[in-house]
Amino acid sequence: MDFFHAHQAQHYLVLAALLFALGAAGVVLRRNAIIVLMSIELMLNAVNLTFLAFSRFPLVPNSPMGTFLSGHAAVFFVIATAAAEAAVGLAIVLAVFRTRISVNVDEFDTLKL
Amino acid sequence: MAEAVLFYLFAIGVLVAGAQVIFRRNPIYGALSLVGCFFFLSGIYVLLGAHLIAILQILVYAGAVMVLFVFVIMLLNLKEAELGEKRLTVWKGLGLAAVVLAVGVIAWKALGPAYPQGVLMQGARRVDNAVLIAGFGGAKAVGRTLYLASILPFEVTSLLLLVAVVAAVVVAKGRI
Repeated sequence: MDFFHAHQAQHYLVLAALLFALGAAGVVLRRNAIIVLMSIELMLNAVNLTFLAFSRFPLVPNSPMGTFLSGHAAVFFVIATAAAEAAVGLAIVLAVFRTRISVNVDEFDTLKL
Repeated sequence: MAEAVLFYLFAIGVLVAGAQVIFRRNPIYGALSLVGCFFFLSGIYVLLGAHLIAILQILVYAGAVMVLFVFVIMLLNLKEAELGEKRLTVWKGLGLAAVVLAVGVIAWKALGPAYPQGVLMQGARRVDNAVLIAGFGGAKAVGRTLYLASILPFEVTSLLLLVAVVAAVVVAKGRI
């Protein structure tokens, strides 16, 4: 029962896994392109949580602080990339909506033969 | 102990709000619960000692990215017919709960034995890796890491953001 009381890395890793599963389920199940993009944001946040958990509970505890904080730097880059991805993705959704009057990803099948 | 209580509070909030994103039929409810999810997540980041990242999470994600989402949802102005999807049936919900539960159990069982239990043995003395170093996760320490150890990725990120801004305008504008 130690698992449920102590403050340790597994809690955060399991939460990140569940959050990633939710995001992946959203990408697969939903047909609305905007909700698919939001599910991708959920998955990116799960990855961020994993980075921060490993940075807080390092496997080699006595290294200098800079090596721990490279996880934080990675999260910083992920946040910047996610912002760029959201901007471009939503622009694509807008452009597609203008030509097809739909955001249903099942209807975007012109590349199919 | 307080950390554990706060963790479970925030974790339940994250999972409930994250589930709302997927299950709500109307995307505006999904977007708003995603904002809530990001707030709970930033609470968890504070528990992990990542204060700067927690602030960035609220500023960038809940503040900027989600405003963009809500703005696009408003711009599209979807009618009830275009939302189109049937509500989640009981069987679909049960299947999804089973999948999420299975992933959780697998993650728990796989990560449990593989990861050391908070206290590590190093040589003869015990090192408690749950103890925070002073200044961990603050703006100064993270800034030193960003600007000294990873200055090239930092600059490339600024280029990426510039390209993304130009691309978003070019794609969304239609005719320039």
